[in-house]
Amino acid sequence: MKDRTTLPAIEASRLLKRYGDSAAVNAISFAVGTGSITGLLGGNGAGKTTTIGMIMGLVAPTSGSVKVFGADMAREPYRSLYRMNFESPYVDLPHRLTVRENLKVFGLLYGLDNIADRIARLADVLDLTEFLDRAAGKISAGQKTRVALAKALINEPDLLVLDEPTASLDPDTADWIRGHLERYRAEKNATILLASHNMYEVERLCDRVIMMKRGNIVDDGAPESLIARYGRQNLEEVFLDIARARRQPKLEKDAAE
Amino acid sequence: MSVTYCPSFSFRRIGAMVLRHWYLLRSSWPRLFELMYWPMVQMFMWGFLQLGVARQTGTFVAATATFLAAFFLWDVLFRGQLGFSMSFLEEMWARNLANLMITPLRPIEFVLSLMAMSVIRLMVGFLPVTIVAIWFFGFNLWGLGVALAIFFANLFLTAWAVGMLCSGLVLRNGMGAEGLAWSLMFILLPLACVYYPVTTLPVWVQPVACALPPTAVFEGMRALVLEQTFRPDLMAWAFGLNVLWFAAGAFSFFWLLRGAREVGSLISVGE
Repeated sequence: MKDRTTLPAIEASRLLKRYGDSAAVNAISFAVGTGSITGLLGGNGAGKTTTIGMIMGLVAPTSGSVKVFGADMAREPYRSLYRMNFESPYVDLPHRLTVRENLKVFGLLYGLDNIADRIARLADVLDLTEFLDRAAGKISAGQKTRVALAKALINEPDLLVLDEPTASLDPDTADWIRGHLERYRAEKNATILLASHNMYEVERLCDRVIMMKRGNIVDDGAPESLIARYGRQNLEEVFLDIARARRQPKLEKDAAE
Repeated sequence: MSVTYCPSFSFRRIGAMVLRHWYLLRSSWPRLFELMYWPMVQMFMWGFLQLGVARQTGTFVAATATFLAAFFLWDVLFRGQLGFSMSFLEEMWARNLANLMITPLRPIEFVLSLMAMSVIRLMVGFLPVTIVAIWFFGFNLWGLGVALAIFFANLFLTAWAVGMLCSGLVLRNGMGAEGLAWSLMFILLPLACVYYPVTTLPVWVQPVACALPPTAVFEGMRALVLEQTFRPDLMAWAFGLNVLWFAAGAFSFFWLLRGAREVGSLISVGE
């Protein structure tokens, strides 16, 4: 599962976003390899959402660039947008439309053929069938998350960007979603960028973790190597060490790896 | 199954957005009812006013018919803009804008779908009201013939220009600017001489009125109803102004969209 990196799916170079005098993202550089699952971690205000916004072309960088599959997302986002998708509990689907209608509209927007077949397959895989014809606003939180994931998978994206995909879900549904994401990556060799506050989730899913704090990347590595470097038992303790600046990595040479 | 090609312009994507709004309209009878409610109320008000004036002053029916014709054309202008802006605001209310902006949907396609929806929303309310006007007041708006199509085209161009400006302001400034969608057009109501000739205005205001495309349309309507004369000069003037207005509206929308990406308001839809 590890070391899948070939050509980068995402390449951020000196990516800076200022709002007035403060830098939400402070000239960060990183690359995300194709076929990897990368976690973007950090406390509130770390700059994760702004970074994701720039990757998706929703936010214009102040300077620097972010490329997705080689396309600069500030200048030529449409070269890559059809190969990407996004899911966040903070972005809704229209509540009055049924689940099927929502998926059909997004299928058309992504230029799919055989949309009915695609919806049927997603409904089968994500267990949506029983509420496909119910209004999207009248389904439970867990069902909404599955529908949002179906929307995010409608075009079989090569890059899937997820902002807290299991927030507010019960453990069973959350585990089910994580399992599906693992299967999707394995089947499609898709790249997944995941922002999450759930450290268990990140440890389970991610090949690599990028730690952000106040707009900067403060650490970067595989979950197990970060845990080892900080001399901790799990990623949550590493997260707290970084967030509270209470412990440094054990060895400098490890940090460079 | 995955998408391997993405055209730079697609009628299918425009159709997808129209379908999305059609689904919304279809799912909500209050939304459909609201499209007819105010036009119907106003049509009755102006229709009875017309009858009252005609009976008390002995004015010719043709003269009083200008009230109803003016009301209908004002409604095209106002509801054309409202239909554009409301369809846009539906995306903001639904917190769906970020979902749309990360699809291959181009901003120009988004704008074209909003234009299409403004026509559809207007017609849903407008057609029944014009039919009731024939039955109740003997006033047949459709009797204006080809001229009516030219009036409509000019009014829609103005409506879309103002709709693009309002929507751009909401994009850039958030939902705090939502009220403009309801109120901005009303600044044209006294200046565009909807219910009276331009010569009624103070002399110093008249050049301002003449710079507004709808003024020429309403003048043209009065010439047609009162004198049975079609004024191509007024329509050409209105069209020329509309080209400028439409270009300004489109420029403002795309400029404000760019500004929205710069201030990050596409990922923080709200106040």
